[in-house]
Amino acid sequence: MWFLAACSFERESAMPQPSISKTMTTGESGLSVVFAVTAFLSVIAAAKAVDAPFAFHATLFAIASVASVFCIVNRYFDRPAALPPAEINGRPNYNMGPIKFASFMAMFWGIAGFLVGLIIASQLAWPALNFDLPWTSFGRLRPLHTSAVIFAFGGNVLIATSFYVVQKSCRVRLAGDLAPWFVVLGYNFFILIAGTGYLLGVTQGKEYAEPEWYSDLWLTIVWVTYLLVFLVTVIKRKEPHIFVANWFYFAFIVTIAVLHLGNNPALPVSVFGSKSYVAWGGIQDAMFQWWYGHNAVGFFLTAGFLAIMYYFIPKRAERPIYSYRLSIIHFWALIFLYIWAGPHHLHYTALPDWTQTLGMTFSIMLWMPSWGGMINGLMTLSGAWDKLRTDPVLRMLVVSVAFYGMSTFEGPMMSIKVVNSLSHYTDWTIGHVHSGALGWVGFVSFGALYCLVPWAWNRKGLYSLKLVNWHFWIATLGIVLYISAMWVSGILQGLMWRAYTSLGFLEYSFIETVEAMHPFYIIRAAGGALFLLGALIMAYNLWMTVRVGEQEVQMPVALQPAE
Amino acid sequence: MTDHHGEFDSVSGKTTTGHEWDGIKELNTPLPRWWVITFYLTIVWAIGYWIVYPAWPLISSNTTGLFGYSSRADVAVELANLEKIRGDKMAALGAASLADIEKDPALLALARAKGKTVFGDNCAPCHGSGGAGAKGFPNLNDDDWLWGGSLDQIMQTIQYGARSGHAKAHEGQMLAFGKDGVLKSDEIVTVANYVRALSGLPTRKGYDAAKGEKIFAENCVACHGDGGKGNQEMGAPNLTDKIWLYGSDEATLIETITNGRAGVMPAWEGRLDPATIKAMAVYVHSLGGGK
Repeated sequence: MWFLAACSFERESAMPQPSISKTMTTGESGLSVVFAVTAFLSVIAAAKAVDAPFAFHATLFAIASVASVFCIVNRYFDRPAALPPAEINGRPNYNMGPIKFASFMAMFWGIAGFLVGLIIASQLAWPALNFDLPWTSFGRLRPLHTSAVIFAFGGNVLIATSFYVVQKSCRVRLAGDLAPWFVVLGYNFFILIAGTGYLLGVTQGKEYAEPEWYSDLWLTIVWVTYLLVFLVTVIKRKEPHIFVANWFYFAFIVTIAVLHLGNNPALPVSVFGSKSYVAWGGIQDAMFQWWYGHNAVGFFLTAGFLAIMYYFIPKRAERPIYSYRLSIIHFWALIFLYIWAGPHHLHYTALPDWTQTLGMTFSIMLWMPSWGGMINGLMTLSGAWDKLRTDPVLRMLVVSVAFYGMSTFEGPMMSIKVVNSLSHYTDWTIGHVHSGALGWVGFVSFGALYCLVPWAWNRKGLYSLKLVNWHFWIATLGIVLYISAMWVSGILQGLMWRAYTSLGFLEYSFIETVEAMHPFYIIRAAGGALFLLGALIMAYNLWMTVRVGEQEVQMPVALQPAE
Repeated sequence: MTDHHGEFDSVSGKTTTGHEWDGIKELNTPLPRWWVITFYLTIVWAIGYWIVYPAWPLISSNTTGLFGYSSRADVAVELANLEKIRGDKMAALGAASLADIEKDPALLALARAKGKTVFGDNCAPCHGSGGAGAKGFPNLNDDDWLWGGSLDQIMQTIQYGARSGHAKAHEGQMLAFGKDGVLKSDEIVTVANYVRALSGLPTRKGYDAAKGEKIFAENCVACHGDGGKGNQEMGAPNLTDKIWLYGSDEATLIETITNGRAGVMPAWEGRLDPATIKAMAVYVHSLGGGK
């Protein structure tokens, strides 16, 4: 039960304090009451549920609420009278507990998500692996894979790093006492509800937004809290300026909230049932869906991870950021242009031509703003390129930026209608997504976690750089196999679909194109297996870093004295 | 920026902005010129594209662009081009009789090409992309036919199907001799072995051939004919040709005799136009087993 684990994370940061009379904070008492009420309502919901998955989820809500009350009260009795101070000896007392928890969950969900990805890749090569069971069918495991890697793995990396970066770059302790814990635990509870829902067949059928109405409501509460924790920390900052990474994190958090609310308004069939109907219909729904879907890529997988890049690359390379001016210009250009690009997912559909034009042209204009981040990431290495030979973590971060540059060139190219007419609905799209997901998001996350775990756990360094090196090469080989197989199979597929005979008939039947994909599906699965293997090596390395790594001599508060 | 006290960075030869967060500084590097130029070029290109193509919404319509482009019109042109390539040939195919098609090399080539395409998207899921069939789905490459292998017979089967619910569908089916209590289980075992013997397969120990022959004569001959040669009128398979739709091992035969068989071939009339069905018949006939 992670709530208990979370409680023990928290105890570490509680410092002994001179005794003053101990009372519950408003947060502690208020939240206990709220969770007690939630537990009560959840039990009622479970009893009156009209479908089994809803009853199951209501039960989970009830258990989690009771566990939360228990944790809050338990922590209250364990903690000293005063809450952890914001500063100790004039230095910020950084809050590392929620960061540790989110880092751990990131690694856990990462491996789960990569494993499910490997399973569904194998199912495409060998359909018998669906086992003819509803729970293990491709249709249910596919959203489990995408949500596990994007929202569970990526989301926990973003929360962990944002909580770390915002504290260090603002030189203040994270805002809130229980709020940061509510964010990390609440977010992972959302993942649990969403993931088990997919397996049980609960879905609203919107890609990357599959969770049903009650999960969406819960996520909204968690996300607004996340926004507040982040924002208040920035407001309390001791630095005159806001660090570039924090602009990106902030854009990510705000925009994801807007996208989530825009895409998900729905009317439940019953308040005691899992099924709902989305308010939007027809082409408006499709447009909302891809406005959401594309900007989930833009603001979750791009802006959020660019924030990671802007902190961890200069920090690891010990070099200044290449260009302040570029960071401002490309930030504003990126967030202004990205939000228009969604319609390129709906080329040659019922979407009006003018909307398709805007989607395509804004995607093209997005090319340079995207590359601004790549330039700033790569050029920050000038004067430190030699470190790539000796530091596999930095190499991972830099290669991630190279993959970012490649996918943000490929993306605008694929948005061009003539290219899209070949690439759309083929495996090329899958290859494109994975060069971004495995190469950019995956590697930048791995690099950040390799930095963050020793810092957060106060260790001198990683358990083994050699293992990082193995991880790097195995995963890189996996990515290369994956994306090259998908390029070949995607283009082959597109060409086969559009091939006509001289008599004016289609040259290939659909089933022939499926047969032609088979060898590439096997190569893709092999690539995925290597990527998973790399992540397992990483998990072992991080585990050993925490377990047996040498303690940093200083306490965490003294990591970086201000000059 | 420059109003702060930046410091000189000896590696890059540039100054920093004077900001610092957790030890991270920023250089005062100007925007790379190639980056700015490329960015402007993409903007210019986008504006040009907006002028040429439909782009911006107006109150109740949208800008249509210089040439009035429409993707729907594009599709219509592409379909018209395709019609032009196919020409009147499909109409000719629709008008011709199966016998005429066989005699006209051009029509025959067209029918086979069309039939191959349609077969892949409609028939291959059951019969396999090469027509080799699977358990319960007949192989179309051999010359063993349940409902007849002449062009007309094949076309009839495609058009109306077997047990498809269509009024003109083939209706015969293998009865469930065990389930319906017509034969006892030991009799089923015996007659299953008799059927195996018909195509020269080994029989189990203690099998009574005379009894098998008697059961077969009383129950099976009506459809499968004397000696089990089959009857295409009723879709009763030939049991002597070593070609098996469901399998020849004793267990499968016992299952067939016990529970019967009534596989469905859908009727394609109404789903495909007559000329296409004709083309498909020609294609299936050409697969190797046509009579």
